[in-house]
Amino acid sequence: MKLIFHIWRQPARNKPGRMVRYEHANLNPDMSMLEALDVLNEDLILKGEEPVVFEHDCREGICGSCGFMINGIAHGPLPKTTVCQLTLRHFRDGEELVLEPWRARAFPVLKDLMVDRSAFDRIIAAGGYISIPAGSAPDGNDILVAKDDSDRAMDAAACIGCGACVAACPNASASLFTAAKISHLGLLPQGQPERDSRALRMVKTMNAESFGQCTNIGECEAVCPKGIRLEVIARMNHDFIGASWRAR
Amino acid sequence: MNLDARIPSGPIDKAWDKAKFEMKLVNPANKRKYEIIVVGSGLAGASAAATLAELGYNVKCFCFQDSPRRAHSIAAQGGINAAKNYQNDGDSIYRLFYDTVKGGDFRAREANVYRLAQISVNIIDQCVAQGVPFAREYGGTLANRSFGGAQVSRTFYARGQTGQQLLLGAYQALERQVDAGRVKMMPRAEMLDLVVVNGRARGIVTRDLVTGAIESHAADAVVLGTGGYGNVYYLSTNAKGSNCTAIWRAYKRGAAFANPCFTQIHPTCIPVSGNYQSKLTLMSESLRNDGRIWVPLAKGDKRAPNEIPEAERDYYLERRYPSFGNLVPRDVASRNAKAVCDEGRGVGEHGLGVYLDFADAIKRLGRAVIEERYGNLFEMYERITDEDPYKVPMRIYPAIHYTMGGLWVDYQLMSTIPGLFVIGEANFSDHGANRLGASALMQGLSDGYFIVPYTIGNYLASERFEKVEPAQAEFLAVQDQVAQRTRRLLNAKGSRTVDSFHRELGKIVWDDCGMSRNAAALTEALGKIRALREEYWRDVKVLGAAEEINQSLEKAGRVADFFELAELMCLDALDRDESCGGHFREEHQTADGEALRDDQRFSYVAAWEYAGPDQPPVLHKEPLMFEYVHPSQRSYK
Ligand SMILES: Cc1cc2nc3c(=O)[nH]c(=O)nc-3n(C[C@H](O)[C@H](O)[C@H](O)COP(=O)(O)OP(=O)(O)OC[C@H]3O[C@@H](n4cnc5c(N)ncnc54)[C@H](O)[C@@H]3O)c2cc1C
Ligand code: FES
Repeated sequence: MKLIFHIWRQPARNKPGRMVRYEHANLNPDMSMLEALDVLNEDLILKGEEPVVFEHDCREGICGSCGFMINGIAHGPLPKTTVCQLTLRHFRDGEELVLEPWRARAFPVLKDLMVDRSAFDRIIAAGGYISIPAGSAPDGNDILVAKDDSDRAMDAAACIGCGACVAACPNASASLFTAAKISHLGLLPQGQPERDSRALRMVKTMNAESFGQCTNIGECEAVCPKGIRLEVIARMNHDFIGASWRAR
Repeated sequence: MNLDARIPSGPIDKAWDKAKFEMKLVNPANKRKYEIIVVGSGLAGASAAATLAELGYNVKCFCFQDSPRRAHSIAAQGGINAAKNYQNDGDSIYRLFYDTVKGGDFRAREANVYRLAQISVNIIDQCVAQGVPFAREYGGTLANRSFGGAQVSRTFYARGQTGQQLLLGAYQALERQVDAGRVKMMPRAEMLDLVVVNGRARGIVTRDLVTGAIESHAADAVVLGTGGYGNVYYLSTNAKGSNCTAIWRAYKRGAAFANPCFTQIHPTCIPVSGNYQSKLTLMSESLRNDGRIWVPLAKGDKRAPNEIPEAERDYYLERRYPSFGNLVPRDVASRNAKAVCDEGRGVGEHGLGVYLDFADAIKRLGRAVIEERYGNLFEMYERITDEDPYKVPMRIYPAIHYTMGGLWVDYQLMSTIPGLFVIGEANFSDHGANRLGASALMQGLSDGYFIVPYTIGNYLASERFEKVEPAQAEFLAVQDQVAQRTRRLLNAKGSRTVDSFHRELGKIVWDDCGMSRNAAALTEALGKIRALREEYWRDVKVLGAAEEINQSLEKAGRVADFFELAELMCLDALDRDESCGGHFREEHQTADGEALRDDQRFSYVAAWEYAGPDQPPVLHKEPLMFEYVHPSQRSYK
């Protein structure tokens, strides 16, 4: 099958970039989007042109490395699917696809489709954990967790940190990402002792990085490959307001 | 070369306590004066880096991804074992130990395995306390399932994303230490060499994957948790970036490489569909708990699976192994799948596949239960193959998945280079010739949270350290070699891409040093690999420059190392003239085609020492003693 790509090419951070058109006729509907780029890159290299840089590792939708916009949609048109798992059978033969990196002030482009998402690590470092040094834990079954709570914690914990939520949000807010972690830990009994300080510090850090504010648009939920629900943001706001009140 | 494994004397169940008691301790106030480098942020690396920092050491942690949270451990699906006996079904530390030694086909060190089984229970406690959302029963207790060749339910899991949740737990512990200023995290940095000063590991040389800068980092001890080398086969279930570079360069600096030919082929992966394919996707073997594996009885039966009546199906695992059935260990399941495909009874377009059928389970348990257990795996399968496994049986085929071989380490997880510790999949230690399901996560976390933090202290307290600086001659010399190698790759300016070489290399290793091996094929493979390696250095085409983001250059360096490792794998496979676990030498099989060990001649760890470029490596043997689990022919009948 044939696809026509328009791909953002940018040689380095702070260098100007531009869209470049590539036509590829030798594609197969069973290929993933990343395999299509592999094939394109092989051809480019043989022609002496620099291959397109994009991030990837697991290619199973779990590491969160991959991600770019396809025709304006983060990770492309298929719901709950990262680009590494998106097969070409979801496109029409001859379709034109515009591939662009995540666009957000907090995610500067490093090269082509690769961006810097280190702000996410800094948000986690600001309290996205339970403080329990190795060796000090009680027996696993000493902490009973209601199945519902555990399941809901797991739903939130499924976030892969890919950044699609930020890319899709018109405000470039990192609320879904931050709230997913606050919810995961806040739903569990183990997470209670630090619940207030976690919400306060993580939200503060999120705001200090150059992400925008959440205005409840919901684009993030629509593109999230792991189906993280908007309700986690409500939970974050609840925890944040409660904690701010108690911390006066 | 000294292969003293430093196994404590006395009864095995007291060995670890004894070792811990005999260890020298570092004064708490002095810990912050020590610098420790941890390369890798997978389960092993992240847990080690976090724990060492909790103890007060200064830690620098490296990974090649943009964030430590993306290490390949994230992809583990099925679960993690622990001898908790929460299900009251007769499990115990001794049973987990026994199963692991037997599962490894008597090629692992008993004392290490016993310790692993002991520590397994602490891991679960630690992870629960961190907030890992393990599956729960309605009463709020932890749920378990049985997994990959075990007859007790000892596997803990978080849906089909156990590795993700365990890794996020370790990553969060790591970020807590980053926040506390005790870990300096260095993402997007690739270790390209080890620096040895006065016979001890004292640092590493890295390439900054954004700027391309070649940099030196000095320390008092170096820990490698850099994962396995399954990508030598090109197509594997490993993440695309997984590589052998860190351990291979350490090997070339004097660390012995143990049992390189022990690789694991996983029975339940989605079959290859075309030559563009970039990786293979694992379907968790937990599926084998409820799915039934079969092929048509008749050769070349091309009917759709639903049209083949019961009587014309061969549930070959249930038939051949009535007591374990579909739950036989991985090596056995894989070899049997290959055998039925070789007979011409394979399914799918290329005949390289067998069915994994859930129809009976859905009838028995209902769709909802199956969905609850495996929903995300079914979804993943459908996404890739465009087939609905609730309606049509899955097609699966074996693929390379894990490498039991790795750098040789003693009981303290130290390699043959003093001060170089190796943890997780990167070492060779606990799985012998075949790893049981759900035990790699256990080993990585055991090494990282509970073993290496002690043993490093012992090492540091036992030695005196002169100050080393990145500016000193030893570092500069290594930096120079690294830079030269990079230039050589860029300057070859040949006509073939890195991937095209990698694919060709992978095919040789898969065909000749994969699921079954024989002397003639291995000898031939050695020649083919050498010839292809020469061609590689002459004819590889890597565009771009060294001082920028250059993914082709990154790959090129890794593939160059895979070439050398592939040769050592074949050499080791040739030398080990017996079958054991995943290493199946066609010359050595029982009448009904099972692996035939030769304990008289091969009950040892093969530790290879690098002898210089184009010199044959030197084989050292660490004899294996079995005092508790008596070697027997494994039987899963
Ligand atoms: C698909 C799949 C499913 C699995 N499921 C299970 C399961 O259910 N249960 C189980 O027990 N096991 C499972 N395994 C096996 C298990 O996941 C791995 O063995 C284990 O996670 C390895 O952990 P590790 O910490 O040793 O290495 P990894 O997680 O591979 O981490 C390696 C780290 O080293 C870094 N690194 C590597 N090279 C360099 C370098 N040169 N410079 C800098 N950094 C470097 C990487 O960035 C990464 O951070 C599975 C494996 C696969 C492939
Ligand atoms: S490459 Fe890992 S999620 Fe896509």
